[in-house]
Amino acid sequence: MAMFPEARPVERFRPLEWLRENLFSSPLNGALTIVALVIIYWLVVPTVQWAIVNAVWTGGSREACLGEGAGACWPFITNRIGLILYGFYDDGERWRPILTFALLVAGILWLTLPRLPRKMLVAVLMVTIYPVVAYCLLTGGLGLGVVPTSRWGGLLLTMVVAVTGILLSLPLGILLALGRRSDLPVVRIASVIFIEFWRGVPLVTVLFMASYMLPLFAPQGVTVDKLLRALIAVALFNSAYMAEVVRGGLQAVAKGQQEAATALGLGYWQSNTLIILPQALRLAIPNIVSTFIGIFKDTTLVSIIGFFDLLGIIQSGTSDSHWASPSTAFTGYLFAAAVFWVFCFSMSRYSRHMERVLNAGERR
Amino acid sequence: MRIRVAALAFLAAILTQPAFAGPSPTLQKVLKNGYLRCGVSEGLQGFSTPDAKGRWTGLDVDFCRALAAAIFGDAQKVRFTPASAKVRFTALQSGEYDVLSRNTTWTMSRDVQLGLEFAGTIYYDGQGFMVPKKLNIKSAKQLNGANICTNTGTTTELNLADYFRSNKLKYTVIAFEREPEVVAAYDSGRCDAITTDQSGLYAERLTLKNPADHVILPEIISKEPLGPAVNQSDPQWGDIVRWTLFALINAEELGVTSKNVDQMLKSPNPEIRRLLGVEGSFGQSMGLSNDWAVRAIKQVGNYGEIFERNVGQGSPLKIQRGLNALWKHGGLQYAPPVR
Amino acid sequence: MTDAAVSPGSAKTPWWRSRRVRGLIVQAVLLAAIAFALAGLVRHVMSEQGASGFSFLNTTAGFDIIQHLVPYSETSTYGRVLLVGLLNTLLVAVLGIVFATILGFAIGIGQLSSNWLVAKLCVSYVELLRNVPLLLQIFFWYFAVLRALPGPRESFNPIADVFINNRGVYVPRPEAAPEFVWVGAAFLVGVVGAFWLRGWARDRRELTGQRFNTLPAASALVVLPPLLVGALTGFPLSFSFPELEGFNFVGGLVIIPELIALVVALSAYTATYIAEAVRAGISGVAGGQREAALALGLTRGQMLRLVVVPQAMRQIVPPLTSQYLNLTKNSSLAVAIAYPDLVSIFAGTTLNQSGHEVEVIAITMGVYLSLSLITSALMNWYNARIALTER
Repeated sequence: MAMFPEARPVERFRPLEWLRENLFSSPLNGALTIVALVIIYWLVVPTVQWAIVNAVWTGGSREACLGEGAGACWPFITNRIGLILYGFYDDGERWRPILTFALLVAGILWLTLPRLPRKMLVAVLMVTIYPVVAYCLLTGGLGLGVVPTSRWGGLLLTMVVAVTGILLSLPLGILLALGRRSDLPVVRIASVIFIEFWRGVPLVTVLFMASYMLPLFAPQGVTVDKLLRALIAVALFNSAYMAEVVRGGLQAVAKGQQEAATALGLGYWQSNTLIILPQALRLAIPNIVSTFIGIFKDTTLVSIIGFFDLLGIIQSGTSDSHWASPSTAFTGYLFAAAVFWVFCFSMSRYSRHMERVLNAGERR
Repeated sequence: MRIRVAALAFLAAILTQPAFAGPSPTLQKVLKNGYLRCGVSEGLQGFSTPDAKGRWTGLDVDFCRALAAAIFGDAQKVRFTPASAKVRFTALQSGEYDVLSRNTTWTMSRDVQLGLEFAGTIYYDGQGFMVPKKLNIKSAKQLNGANICTNTGTTTELNLADYFRSNKLKYTVIAFEREPEVVAAYDSGRCDAITTDQSGLYAERLTLKNPADHVILPEIISKEPLGPAVNQSDPQWGDIVRWTLFALINAEELGVTSKNVDQMLKSPNPEIRRLLGVEGSFGQSMGLSNDWAVRAIKQVGNYGEIFERNVGQGSPLKIQRGLNALWKHGGLQYAPPVR
Repeated sequence: MTDAAVSPGSAKTPWWRSRRVRGLIVQAVLLAAIAFALAGLVRHVMSEQGASGFSFLNTTAGFDIIQHLVPYSETSTYGRVLLVGLLNTLLVAVLGIVFATILGFAIGIGQLSSNWLVAKLCVSYVELLRNVPLLLQIFFWYFAVLRALPGPRESFNPIADVFINNRGVYVPRPEAAPEFVWVGAAFLVGVVGAFWLRGWARDRRELTGQRFNTLPAASALVVLPPLLVGALTGFPLSFSFPELEGFNFVGGLVIIPELIALVVALSAYTATYIAEAVRAGISGVAGGQREAALALGLTRGQMLRLVVVPQAMRQIVPPLTSQYLNLTKNSSLAVAIAYPDLVSIFAGTTLNQSGHEVEVIAITMGVYLSLSLITSALMNWYNARIALTER
């Protein structure tokens, strides 16, 4: 930020002066400004024309979107919105994913909004009770009709993969990070091999292995749900990345803290859970959130192994002769991109915010 | 002496094994689950596609429904698992689903090396080519030097290589992971022709902006008998799947339809009586109930009905029966008798 | 934290409370668990796959591949497919890394520009592309590239013998005669000479303080010897030119659209992460360093080159390494748009045709692991070279 002109108390805003200072301070800067303007014009105008001005907004089939010069085919999305959000989840039961999602949003808001009390309690509830409640709500049982995981799809499936990936990878990552710093050689070496293995292979091959090879190894008669296997693969894969992020946090905690804890007579687990980890995790929050964003984006890969997640269900729709048109696929991609962008951008904003809060705390 | 007795007992045990075998392990598992698990394509019009309501439709899908009806008496007791061309066999071997009904070609290597068992042919297909009309091509032999799009993990890639090699033609293949991208790439002009099973070409043509602008070339460069496959390790389960398919074909031949099946129960024709379980106990010998065929036909229809509804005149594809007509009408569909 | 330091009164503590014994137990249990899992895996591989082993690599593949850097035909073996796939993966990874680095540094520096519009544009670029899944971006670039380009008959022809259409970019293909080896040797000699010159100039500067601009002399050393040898041997290089024949251009060198789209998508996406690392690295150089450099009379360019960049690089290289690794692994998404990389033609087509899942996936993972380890090792070496020597 050092190159940014410092904001000074402006008595009155003078547009011309602002322009000269910020856009045309030198010939080079002037040229850059013009180039930037041209780029923006090239990118924004056709996009707006295609997605909004020339777009088709209503219609019941592909006929509506086949006209000359037609832009985005939005009826494709609006007509299939139920499918895109919930997959094949039974019509009458859709309140269940909605409730599950609402609980998640409430929990996250509670944790992120400042000034709300008992954050610790809520956090514990979110990682212990919430997954159980969500599981019961989504799969059924306890008086609710059973909805098999093969009927889950769309945004619902994307959220399930992302949230379980996030919830499982953090504790696993912490354990691995501690293991990597352990004094015990076997634990340390095992952790290093585990972490480097997962970080060295692409997620696609891991998903292939989890969904089509693991069952070959499983004992006869034991079948593990296909979705569960994919979830485990996503969690293990990301726990390795999380472990490195947490390790970074651990390294940043001053050595004196550990020594002080030991001097106080705290054991390994006590000193870690009470002294070291809280500080390390606080320092690592921005990077943890980036890893969360990575997990969220990576959920699209499950479409390659035959899941109808948000991207998968949109792609399957584009081969439906009732809706296929030259702009259908692009409309679907744009919609999916927008949904992902909203989620990921909010997370990254939060991470930036935390970074600032933490830095402020450090500087005092 | 003792050894002889033991050996005889052992021999007797082996010889009598089939007759006394319990129901197939797969059937037991299906009955315990309360539903049939069926592997289908992620989206191929006419064979298996989820509609806007999320309900699966198509020829392959309906076969699974008929199988579920034969087992449970309820065609809805089936769960569909979409599988890509690439992973379908591994998933079948690993027990991901009980039957793979996914426009899969019956080939020797798949049957022998991959440990699969094909239950028969539900659709006789052949690989063809589709080209834009404006190229003015009349035969696949004119495709020398062309770019050809297809999808990977299927027999089409190998057939294509064989065909062009044996005709001494040059070509470039662009092989995609999924069907929708194949069509999109063809539509964007990345390739001059698209190749897959002819039924698939008809389906893909419907998704193009103006289907009439594209022609399917007359050449069929391969034999593609498409059929349901099961795991080789359970031959009795293979029997159930095979004879359900045969029952659907026999029903068409004998004129038994979903509408008249109840009246047909009173038919004096012994062939119909055996098929519908009025005489004999063919269903029970497979571990099902004797009216297994009645249930399947009543809820899903006979082979002809299923064909016309999904790919024939009752569907947007409007494919002629052709090779898939009954043998009596000059086609290849021929089912062994229920006897 | 040695045991002795922690438990001075170890004589009094019962054995089950002893840190050392506990440590041993934990390790023994972990070892037993790992051994158990490995044994199970090996047993299953043995029983399920029998003695199939890796002999399938000698079987004929029977399918064609659109891009191969080494000779390949339908009659080649699966082992050859592995090599073709590996080289294609490497090609896309190397190109992606080069472009991502250039773009990433440009955007990262642009984010700190004093030009308001440029800074905002760069920030928006990062925020837009970083938060959309790569798979979607690959689809977008691929079909955008295809739609934007004309058919082969209406090709763009920007300069003679270069054609751009939706089948790829066609350029003349250099074909070397045997004597070309000498030109290559002369080039190598020139490069070695240039490095020697640089070393000499540095030694002289450190000894005498005199600066020597190495750029013109070094360029001459690299360019002139090959030219000279080329002239002596009668320029043993010919070109095959692309020509329109039937459906497509034949001859020449073709860069397929799948490669272009994949490289664009991978580098545009990875550049956002590199840009963030660069921004953080440059912002991390204390302001006092710049002021001190300017006060010493260095020019603005010298300040950037000699003071800011070396210090910033120390912060940039570690995240850069992981981004290079990510890019290499992300290139496996090629499978979605028909680029024939390792995952697509080996872990895909070969796996499917041969049915040797376990072997194929094991080889694929082994290859990616080795690539990762090699990249890590190279970057660690570079990092150690530029790291701050603490006194």
